[in-house]
Amino acid sequence: MTMRRDEALRLLAAHCPDEIVVPVFQSAFDWMKIRPHELNYLCIGAMGQASSHALGLALGCTDQKVLVLDGDGSLLMNLGSLITIGSCAPENLWHFVLNNGIYEVNGDFPIPGGRETDFSSIATAAGFPRSYNFDDIEEFRKGLPEVLAGSGPVFVCLKVICGEHYPRNYETIHDARQRASFKSALMARLSTFPS
Amino acid sequence: MFSGNTINGSSIVSELKEARIRFVIALPDIVTCDGLLWPLSRDPDFQLITVCKEDEGVSICSGLSYSENRAVVMMQHTGFLDSINSIRAMGMDYQLPIIMLVGLQGLEPDFSPNESSQNGVRIIVPMLELMQIDFHILDKQSDVSSISDLIDSAYKKSSPYVFLVTRSPV
Repeated sequence: MTMRRDEALRLLAAHCPDEIVVPVFQSAFDWMKIRPHELNYLCIGAMGQASSHALGLALGCTDQKVLVLDGDGSLLMNLGSLITIGSCAPENLWHFVLNNGIYEVNGDFPIPGGRETDFSSIATAAGFPRSYNFDDIEEFRKGLPEVLAGSGPVFVCLKVICGEHYPRNYETIHDARQRASFKSALMARLSTFPS
Repeated sequence: MFSGNTINGSSIVSELKEARIRFVIALPDIVTCDGLLWPLSRDPDFQLITVCKEDEGVSICSGLSYSENRAVVMMQHTGFLDSINSIRAMGMDYQLPIIMLVGLQGLEPDFSPNESSQNGVRIIVPMLELMQIDFHILDKQSDVSSISDLIDSAYKKSSPYVFLVTRSPV
């Protein structure tokens, strides 16, 4: 079974209306439409680096839940970050990987390993105390409360197919105003909930 | 020709404290490991994050900057070269205050970086100039006293900054 990415993201957005979220590439384009929010961190800049940006955010905002919506091809570029995160063990970091087996924004070409790589087992071996796999939207709906409860770091692999195609809005992702807006929103949030 | 003086590692640590650096993100480099990284690792004023690859450090530093937490990324010059795309994105494109402390492993005694026979060392300064990233060479003790002010300035301007370490601090 495989679930549609937009369905999975809508479900996640319903459970996480206000969290800091670091989405990448097509997940970012989808997420911007599904959950528009000033605390969407869109400015990754270099492919593969989302999990490391998220770790920096989590270390700097220890009382805030930080979610990263990584791509499988992106994570393959920075697999060592799983070890770094497992070693740091930030309690406020949730690492989701949208596993569609392709470089979707780069021509739909298959990633090494296709859909066969067991990312959750890699995360477990890297030191994540909890790792999950979901390939069905109803199972994800049932499991999500447990996934989001308790402490991180948590790793979640979502085996997905493309759903509705949201526009690839690179301009917003790289817009300096978006970065300024994120920082203002973050500082406001931190002043409301000081560590 | 560069100086034959030594650099005191504890004075660099003091400058980092003066600059309110709270996080040290590092991949060990033989130039700075004994005299700087090990002491920093034992100092309770710093939180040390060891990374598997240097570009992780650039990105962690970026994420930290949004909550106004100050950090320094320590690496060897080879790690700088390996991280160019992240430094291009976060430093040049987004103008984030990424502070890097880069050890020039292989630099011959009394040579300037540009005079080195080591390709990796010799191209660092021209690359920084091409990328329009400001830098300061730590070659002798008197070079250390400006570290705090230079970090402060980089954070105030929100721009990247590189310290090039030519010799092992003691």
